[in-house]
Amino acid sequence: MTAPTTHGATTHAGGNEHSHDQDHGHEHAHGHELPFWRKYIFSVDHKMIGLQYGLTALVFLLVGFSLMMLMRWQLAYPGRPLGWVGKLLGENAMPGGVMAPEFYNQLGAMHGTIMVFMGIVPLAVGAFGNYVVPLQIGAPDMAFPRLNMASYWAFLPGGLLMIYSFFMPGGAAQSGWTNYPPLSVLTQVPGQTMWLFAMVLLITSSLLGSINFIVTIVQLRAKGLGFWRLPFFVHAQFVTSFLLLLAFPPLEAAAVLQLMDRLAGTSFFLPTGLVVSGEQLKVAGGGSPLLWQHLFWFLAHPEVYVLILPAMGIVAEVIANNTRKPLWGYRLLVYSVIFLGFMSFVVWAHHMFMTGMGTTMSTFFQTTTMIISIPSVIILTCFLMSLYGGAIRFTTPMLFATAFLPMFAIGGLTGLPLGLTASDIYLHDTFYVIGHFHYVVAPGTIFALFAGIYYWYPKATGKQMDPTLGKIHFWLSFLCMNGIFMPMFFQGMAGLSRRLYDPTIYAHGRAIQSLNVVISWSAWGLFLAQLPFIWNFFSSLARARAVENPWSATTLEWAAPSPPPHGNFPTPPVVYREPYEYSVPGQTSDFHPQFAGEA
Amino acid sequence: MAEASPYAADALIPHTVEPHPVTGIPNGKLGIWLFLASEVMLFGALFSTYVVIRTTAPHWPPEGGLSSEILNVPLATVNTAVLITSSITMVLSWASLKMQNLPRFRLWLGSTIALAFVFLVIKYFEYTHKFELGHYPSHDNFYAVYFTLTGLHGVHVIGGIIVNTFLLTAGSRMWATEPERFTNRIENAGLYWHFVDLVWIFLFPSLYLL
Repeated sequence: MTAPTTHGATTHAGGNEHSHDQDHGHEHAHGHELPFWRKYIFSVDHKMIGLQYGLTALVFLLVGFSLMMLMRWQLAYPGRPLGWVGKLLGENAMPGGVMAPEFYNQLGAMHGTIMVFMGIVPLAVGAFGNYVVPLQIGAPDMAFPRLNMASYWAFLPGGLLMIYSFFMPGGAAQSGWTNYPPLSVLTQVPGQTMWLFAMVLLITSSLLGSINFIVTIVQLRAKGLGFWRLPFFVHAQFVTSFLLLLAFPPLEAAAVLQLMDRLAGTSFFLPTGLVVSGEQLKVAGGGSPLLWQHLFWFLAHPEVYVLILPAMGIVAEVIANNTRKPLWGYRLLVYSVIFLGFMSFVVWAHHMFMTGMGTTMSTFFQTTTMIISIPSVIILTCFLMSLYGGAIRFTTPMLFATAFLPMFAIGGLTGLPLGLTASDIYLHDTFYVIGHFHYVVAPGTIFALFAGIYYWYPKATGKQMDPTLGKIHFWLSFLCMNGIFMPMFFQGMAGLSRRLYDPTIYAHGRAIQSLNVVISWSAWGLFLAQLPFIWNFFSSLARARAVENPWSATTLEWAAPSPPPHGNFPTPPVVYREPYEYSVPGQTSDFHPQFAGEA
Repeated sequence: MAEASPYAADALIPHTVEPHPVTGIPNGKLGIWLFLASEVMLFGALFSTYVVIRTTAPHWPPEGGLSSEILNVPLATVNTAVLITSSITMVLSWASLKMQNLPRFRLWLGSTIALAFVFLVIKYFEYTHKFELGHYPSHDNFYAVYFTLTGLHGVHVIGGIIVNTFLLTAGSRMWATEPERFTNRIENAGLYWHFVDLVWIFLFPSLYLL
């Protein structure tokens, strides 16, 4: 086949819709000839890459969750042997079936790393971004399909190396997911070095992806799709991509510097006169451990918004669709999300109030932290106002999306005391912090991601997921999530520190140990609550085909067949109106799609 | 052509060659500028690290003396000239394509690659001299900063050599089928190369002279 290059070139030189059409026909004719490994493994199709990201990320989420379930055993029943599981994990990790402290630290560090960098971000951005964004803007694919493939193939080895580090001598990284030096530099296990290598790969993957998203959204929108007609999900992904693009490189730099410290013996993060085990360390010194914290949080605070913005995008789509009315304050939402993006770059040091960086710095970062809560509240308020007066359909995605609102609100509001130094000095590094950010990310973001899976599953497969199993999944997850994270606020306010191997060594820990038992059983219950989801996810593939556009949605992805073929749209779609024209007076149906021409 | 296989999804994608009516540029050029933005953040973080380490040190360089005495200023000056010249030859290679002159393009892009190699060879001599004196990155933070920053810059130079060599050899077959797209690729590779050059323009005075 030699024709398409010139064919493609003339198409683009002409640039009109008609010749695009021919191109599509061309591709369809040859789409079946793709060998297995080009179609499913080294695919350049954004939908396949999105599914690859999604399935990989779901597996990693389960792995990260399993690590936490192990930790919860030690926290609920400190020092009690764990039967056959302990035997399975071997004498190094669980001597005599009892968890070793080093192993506990590995589980803690890797739980955070896996959940954030290998679970949520790839699912929220890699999977939903890849699958949905080109469809919602009416594009045939991402702007750079091979770059897209490279992005996945940087992510997967990064993730696998991270998992592999558990099997290296001495085990995986064990200095927390934040990898603070000097501890992280001085920990003499190769897994710690592997953490840095794997992070460089994961960061590279995100960078490639973010460039691709921005170019796609700017250059490849369908005819008539101006910025004020983009679905809110696309706006959220657009801002997220800028955060990834600009915030990740400093962490990449920091990872390289820490690699130098570990491998070449430099002292970027090692101060002068560091004494370890009674002996002065033989390094040049002169470095600054705080420098790592600044570089790390310069990434990791925008990263929080990388975790939450796509979730807000999904919730917006689901709420508009299931309330059957336009989103309340669409422009306000867009302005807020852009403002959030900007502000997220100037709040990072609120993670560092306890480092003694000075009151001037603290005042600045307290102020910016209070300011950044304003757009978050605006977004949440817009969502609540969208519910008001709607004809709400409580479908499975809508259950998750409505639950997102109070869960994210709890997570956000409990963050305010942490953003002010006076209260943060007491609450810092306690379980209160764990409760706070998990409310944002677990019942917040993960619920939104579940909403997205239920909502777009018919798009990707042509089948509907079972609603009864979906409701069971939702209600059990909702109960267990709150059973896990709500008691953590009380633990934190009682002064219980995070990262404690055995909370009962302190009297104040013993007094509230019963809460740890409640949390652990809720965590194991949460695992059981995911079984209906896993079953539903696979068994629904065997269900009868759903109708096209089963949710009666207005956005462009529903103009394509389900699942969309290579090239997505049979004819390039044209956009006639704003994204959420539901229940428009005078219309015969209660939705008026963006892509439907005037009658 | 490999590009023409049915796997190549970009046969479908608008604005790979003709500019977008609103932004006025094709996809690749927007992509390379975004990439450079992330590179600015990468080197920004590295330079910030340098600033923090240096301003908190009692003496700089920690072992005493002056940066300009420890590092080889004449060699670095030559290297600066080499890189700037290579940026000029890079532009000339693009201009040759604009004038439909493929042999001239080959000459200039080949010169760019050769000059990049000259830069690395000179850097090699600078590095080995330091190693002979026993001055490894672990010696003190002056050397840590010097080796890490110039090393990462060197990695970018190697990346440029790889990309340019591809465009000079296998990649240049695109000229026969899609001349405009190939010319754009050279322009984008040039933008990257000028950025690598620019980083050195910052590194040279801040490491060697100040």
